[in-house]
Amino acid sequence: MVDQSKWDWETREKEVPFDPWKENFNWVEEPYASPDGEQVAAVVNIDEGEFNVCVNGETWESPFEKIWYLRYAPDGRLTALVSDMAEWTVAVDGVPWENKFGYVWNTLFSPDGKHIAVAAQADGQYCMVLDDTPWETTFQNMTYFAMSPDGSKTAAVVQVTDFGEGEVHKFQEGCFTAALDGNAWDTKFVNVWNMAVSPDGTKLAAEVRLNLYEYSIAVNGQVWDKSFPCVWEPVIHPIDGSVVAPVRTAGKWTLAKDGEFLWDARFPQVWHQQFSADGKILAAIVSPKYGRWTVAVDGRPWGVTFGTLVSDLVVSPDGSTIAALTKEGETWKVVVNGAAWKDTFDMAWRPVISPDNRYVGAKVERQGKYTVVVNDRVWQKECDAAWDPVFSPDGEKVLLRTLENGRYLRRVLPVTEITG
Amino acid sequence: MAEPAVTQDQEKEEEQKVVDDGIDVGISRLTTDKIETVINQVLKTETGARLKTYVNTCIHCGLCSEACHYYMSHDKDPKWSPVGKVKQTIWEMIRKKGRLAPEEIRRVVEIAHTECNLCRRCLQFCPFGIDIAYLISMARRICHKLGVTPKYIQDTAHSHSVSMNQMWVKGDEWPDTLQWQEEEARGEFPTLRIPLEKEGADIMYSVIAPEPKFQAQLIYQAAAIMETAGVNWTMPADKGWDNSDMAMFTGDNEIMGRIKRSHFETAVRLRVKRIVMGECGHAFRSVYDTGNRWLGWSHPPIPIVHAIDFYYELLKENRIPIKEKFKEPVTLHDPCNVIRGGGLMEKSRYVAHALCDTVVEMHPNREYNYCCCAGGGVINCGPPYKLKRVKSNKVKAEQLMEARTRGAKVIISPCHNCHSGLKDIKNYYDLHMDIKFFGDIIYQIMEKPE
Ligand code: SF4
Ligand code: SF4
Ligand code: SF4
Repeated sequence: MVDQSKWDWETREKEVPFDPWKENFNWVEEPYASPDGEQVAAVVNIDEGEFNVCVNGETWESPFEKIWYLRYAPDGRLTALVSDMAEWTVAVDGVPWENKFGYVWNTLFSPDGKHIAVAAQADGQYCMVLDDTPWETTFQNMTYFAMSPDGSKTAAVVQVTDFGEGEVHKFQEGCFTAALDGNAWDTKFVNVWNMAVSPDGTKLAAEVRLNLYEYSIAVNGQVWDKSFPCVWEPVIHPIDGSVVAPVRTAGKWTLAKDGEFLWDARFPQVWHQQFSADGKILAAIVSPKYGRWTVAVDGRPWGVTFGTLVSDLVVSPDGSTIAALTKEGETWKVVVNGAAWKDTFDMAWRPVISPDNRYVGAKVERQGKYTVVVNDRVWQKECDAAWDPVFSPDGEKVLLRTLENGRYLRRVLPVTEITG
Repeated sequence: MAEPAVTQDQEKEEEQKVVDDGIDVGISRLTTDKIETVINQVLKTETGARLKTYVNTCIHCGLCSEACHYYMSHDKDPKWSPVGKVKQTIWEMIRKKGRLAPEEIRRVVEIAHTECNLCRRCLQFCPFGIDIAYLISMARRICHKLGVTPKYIQDTAHSHSVSMNQMWVKGDEWPDTLQWQEEEARGEFPTLRIPLEKEGADIMYSVIAPEPKFQAQLIYQAAAIMETAGVNWTMPADKGWDNSDMAMFTGDNEIMGRIKRSHFETAVRLRVKRIVMGECGHAFRSVYDTGNRWLGWSHPPIPIVHAIDFYYELLKENRIPIKEKFKEPVTLHDPCNVIRGGGLMEKSRYVAHALCDTVVEMHPNREYNYCCCAGGGVINCGPPYKLKRVKSNKVKAEQLMEARTRGAKVIISPCHNCHSGLKDIKNYYDLHMDIKFFGDIIYQIMEKPE
């Protein structure tokens, strides 16, 4: 994790003019704020086929022919996918990686920001590239991607057997598998989808389809003893390494662990299961009744249900706070530990839990204006853009990053200024 | 019912026995026991009361027969009638308690996949609301479980399963194509963007995979329209961009669910308010009805707006300045999935009249329009069935011809499959009419930068 204690939690307000950029460039694309709030950046167009990145008013040293997917790594490095002379690579703080490719996409960051990976294609062959080092093995196709929690390993679903258009039976014999750091499993599957890598990097688990009808989870190429009519993405227990995935049985869904049913309850839907950091709590988004949605913790659904959608499940490291977004018709709400907040929004972003569990906050939008809500209290500022709130390590303060009247603002406020 | 007369056409078709690996190999692996187990398992665990009610309610009145373009195009031969088709498939299975011989399954697959478009026109005429398309879909589900599905559409379902798109478009090819279209379009609209992965945009625009693969100009046109109308939009750079769904038509519900989940969760991830989809009919059915429900969403979790509806909104709000209306007289094809299924008939007419000088209605129209015979996955079963498909829609050719005699020169078809299906019909029956999307016309007549 990034050490946020080193950030400036004292200065109440810092400002970067943003609108004047528009005078210097043909156009300025959507801005991104750095995690510590010290920077605001955007892709800018300088001339026909000439782009750059502007950070706090200064452009990177050299422009590129194309730039997309500008994103800050959690440690504050600014990355983008860039192209010159029909070659693509990753630029980090303006410096392109040495390796160039036919195309790169799908940037992944480790939570501490130390590692950056992308999917790459060169001469029609595919591999992952981690911190400018491509896999030694390449594949003819690559479809799903993952990174180990510590960022030291990358994984992908890869095609290992050729099949021609319309060769349906050859396809059904299994032409895909998963690869960790370029090492493909020996077992082949009809399909392989979402993967998870264990914290120690020794285990790669993935959803697999064994034939057109049987689904299961494979761990390091070894399939669970049981198969199911459908499965969803696995997660790995952060401490004991067991693998947990939603599985379908008799037309309903539940969770299974290492191939055995884990929850007794059966639901019309179960997905997005998540462990607390200590592995003691397991929560998931479930549909307890067709057309109704909620969160279940250790198999028990919250008493409150929602009609349209539940998304963005967040579990605090100790499992004591569980938050999610809910949608009824067109309106979004935040729900925490089974209680929905009273305020509704036109859009809401993934909730953020303070390190001491005292506060839950979220970026929200109403009628095109953005603000932040903390513990069901809406901050009384209407901004042209906002980013997720960040709580200080001691939970006393909140970092707010916004765009207001053409200015980018970094504010540090006592949380109580919002919550009252 | 009288014994149907055998026409010359049928004789010819029977002579050209279709070779289809997907079916032939599948059948060779079947036994009567396996067939019995699968049929009974599906009928018992997956159909419930609905199937029983339909089967018990139908009084064989035949009121639905003339609704079906297959029946009408084959001299009212009962074997092509809606109930005739159910009789040869689901009822046969029920009657024989699932004990069908492998060769009998061949006929079931052919009917289910290539002799019914699941267009639900017949449903409009049944006094009891019996949904023949549902029954035929169950037959397809059984065929899927038996491993006998026409090769071309099976290949498409495989593509969906691997790449979450219909045409094996690879992870890099998609964003690369969008960037290439963006660059092209900047020749005409210097500041145009196809904003990729723009979180918090109002709209996610989704298309079907044939667009990036073969018809990239449609993405160009859509971008030009978005730019001109000043829409705050985005397109995803990763999986979830394709709204199409052939798995829904092969009865592979699990893959259908997976691709719809990917589509909706991409929209949720991008924090958009609405998904606007291109001019496609079947995809609308999948995102608006079938796919979301399989996942447990009784309504789409993020509202889906079909292109017709979206253009209606833009034109109504005067957000697309028109240079000059489209001159050639047009006629309007009502794609069943968005008209019968989505109720967009009047909006479609509003758009047509806003864009074109002369709109000649074809008859029948709106929810009573005849299907193009391409939909429901039929065209996706590929070349082996093309002749049957065009011959099975003589009635559509006559309908179009009649509109042509009243002056229509261009057919507007806001559905991809209809587009392809109508093109085949036009060529086979020598119709000499042009076929266009609404998007083609808007792009052609809107004001563009000098
Ligand atoms: S093609 Fe359409 S009208 Fe004919 S049987 Fe099928 S659903 Fe009914
Ligand atoms: S109209 Fe209805 S009841 Fe009559 S034959 Fe058709 S499906 Fe059966
Ligand atoms: S292709 Fe078009 S007309 Fe044909 S079934 Fe689909 S929506 Fe209906």
